Amino acid sequence: MRASRFTIAVYLAPAILVMAAACLYPVFTAFQLAGYKWEMGTPWESAQWVGLNNFISAFQNEQVWSSLWTTLLFAGVCVAAEMVLGIALALALEHPVRGMSVFRTIFILPMMIAPIAVGLAWRYMFDAQFGLINAALGLVGIKGLTWLADPTLAFIAIVIADIWQWTPFVFIMMLAALASVDRAVIEAARIDGARWWQQIFLVKLPMIMHVIAITLMMRLIDAFRVLEVVYVLTFGGPGNSTEILALHIYKTAFVGQQMGVAAAVSVLLLVVVAALSWAALRLSNPMKDAR
Amino acid sequence: MKRSVPLVITHYTMLVLLAMLCLAPILVIFATSMRQQVQIFSEPLNFIFMPTLENYRAVLQEDKLDVYLKNSLFVGIVSTLITLTLGCMAAYGLARFQFFGRKTVAYTTLLLRTVPLAVLAIPVFVIWNQWGIVNSLWGLILLYVAVNLPFTIWLLYGFVLQVPQELEEAAAIDGCGPFRVFTSVFLPLMAPGLAAASIFTFRIAWNEFILALVLTDRHTRTLPVAASLFITDMGVDWGKVMAMGSLIAIPPLIFTFIAARQIIGGLTAGAVKG
Repeated sequence: MRASRFTIAVYLAPAILVMAAACLYPVFTAFQLAGYKWEMGTPWESAQWVGLNNFISAFQNEQVWSSLWTTLLFAGVCVAAEMVLGIALALALEHPVRGMSVFRTIFILPMMIAPIAVGLAWRYMFDAQFGLINAALGLVGIKGLTWLADPTLAFIAIVIADIWQWTPFVFIMMLAALASVDRAVIEAARIDGARWWQQIFLVKLPMIMHVIAITLMMRLIDAFRVLEVVYVLTFGGPGNSTEILALHIYKTAFVGQQMGVAAAVSVLLLVVVAALSWAALRLSNPMKDAR
Repeated sequence: MKRSVPLVITHYTMLVLLAMLCLAPILVIFATSMRQQVQIFSEPLNFIFMPTLENYRAVLQEDKLDVYLKNSLFVGIVSTLITLTLGCMAAYGLARFQFFGRKTVAYTTLLLRTVPLAVLAIPVFVIWNQWGIVNSLWGLILLYVAVNLPFTIWLLYGFVLQVPQELEEAAAIDGCGPFRVFTSVFLPLMAPGLAAASIFTFRIAWNEFILALVLTDRHTRTLPVAASLFITDMGVDWGKVMAMGSLIAIPPLIFTFIAARQIIGGLTAGAVKG
């Protein structure tokens, strides 16, 4: 549609201005801050330009590397589990049944509820002494797991919380995708003698590959953004066994007061996420088919 | 195709099990908030207990809780309204008009959606200090609008494309100006999209606590920040914190039950049709 420049500006300028001022500008400022040595509470004028020193000290810091590894492992394990579980459940339960809308409503609750509440619920359930999970495990003879005090178990705990929260998302995306597949194609495959596993792997999954790819990218990007649930559930502990990068940045900046170093690490996180986003855009750009 | 009875029973059994898994942690929050302190620290499998509102009473008597509740409501509602207004206009502009730089705006918007909030925390804290809007509710609202706009524009863009442009053209031929077309022809058709977008935006503004923790003080705190302060090195005051958690969880739960269809539509809109 044709419109005057003025009309276009009226529609777009407010949103662009707000995003530029409060989102894009801070991202650039993160790069700038990464070049300064500055402690919180001191005036900005006293900040020293240190060039790439913050990056060097970040890369020499073993905790940054271990955080990066924890983040990659967390994202990899969570997303893999969520995708496999979500797709498998969708394939098992795709047949439309009465009352499905009620179940779907229940399934989206975990992602609508406040992360702080999610973190609290799991922290309480994982408690070694009075937690529901140990009490339930006790019934089958497994006793005394100190979930949040053991590095490996604490990591498993944050993974379980994330899987709980986000598998339903994958499940719902896959149900919608499977529902959009033309039944005639599957019927044709069936008549041609395709067995159930051939129908799944040679017909259904290839036909929803596009949605699988987008869902995978969305989940990966969001897995790198996770912060609040882990903040409440373990606060990175014990030691730094669950200290994902986002939490490491928060702690360095607002507990350790080292703004410059934290900014350098956040640039690192930004690069990882930007690479993923670029890949996601290559796979699918929701705005590409615009007129 | 008719399915056999055992198959249907298996299907429902699985659905019920999954629903119970989804609900269990949420029920734990509400159940714990209604237990007495003694019960919280013992007998986790005792599901039958006399519910008490003691924890809620204790929380509501906390200093300034009414202020924090008002802050949360104000921030949640105002940032949702502003995000919807700006987001709807921008989505309309991007979808309907051809102009130089359109692609750049669209791509940048998409990329901003992926920026981790932890990355924003440090620079925003510095900039907000320079601008003098740290510790103010409007500072928090500005940030929430900015971080919610990319997703909102992306979501609404899909809905705009579904509104037939011919309707708007017809109205234009009948003598409506471009803004009249927008408000009286286009907006009413966008209602489902706006409903989905408003829930997603409100959810972030109402639930978020890391940035709020950094950007507020004891007068401008929101409820999640106040709740997070019950978690200390000394341990967690479970009764109170679960009561707070329940209070925070209630509005999103209500919205989810009212508008589940719109939420699911919003979640799957971009991916499944594109």
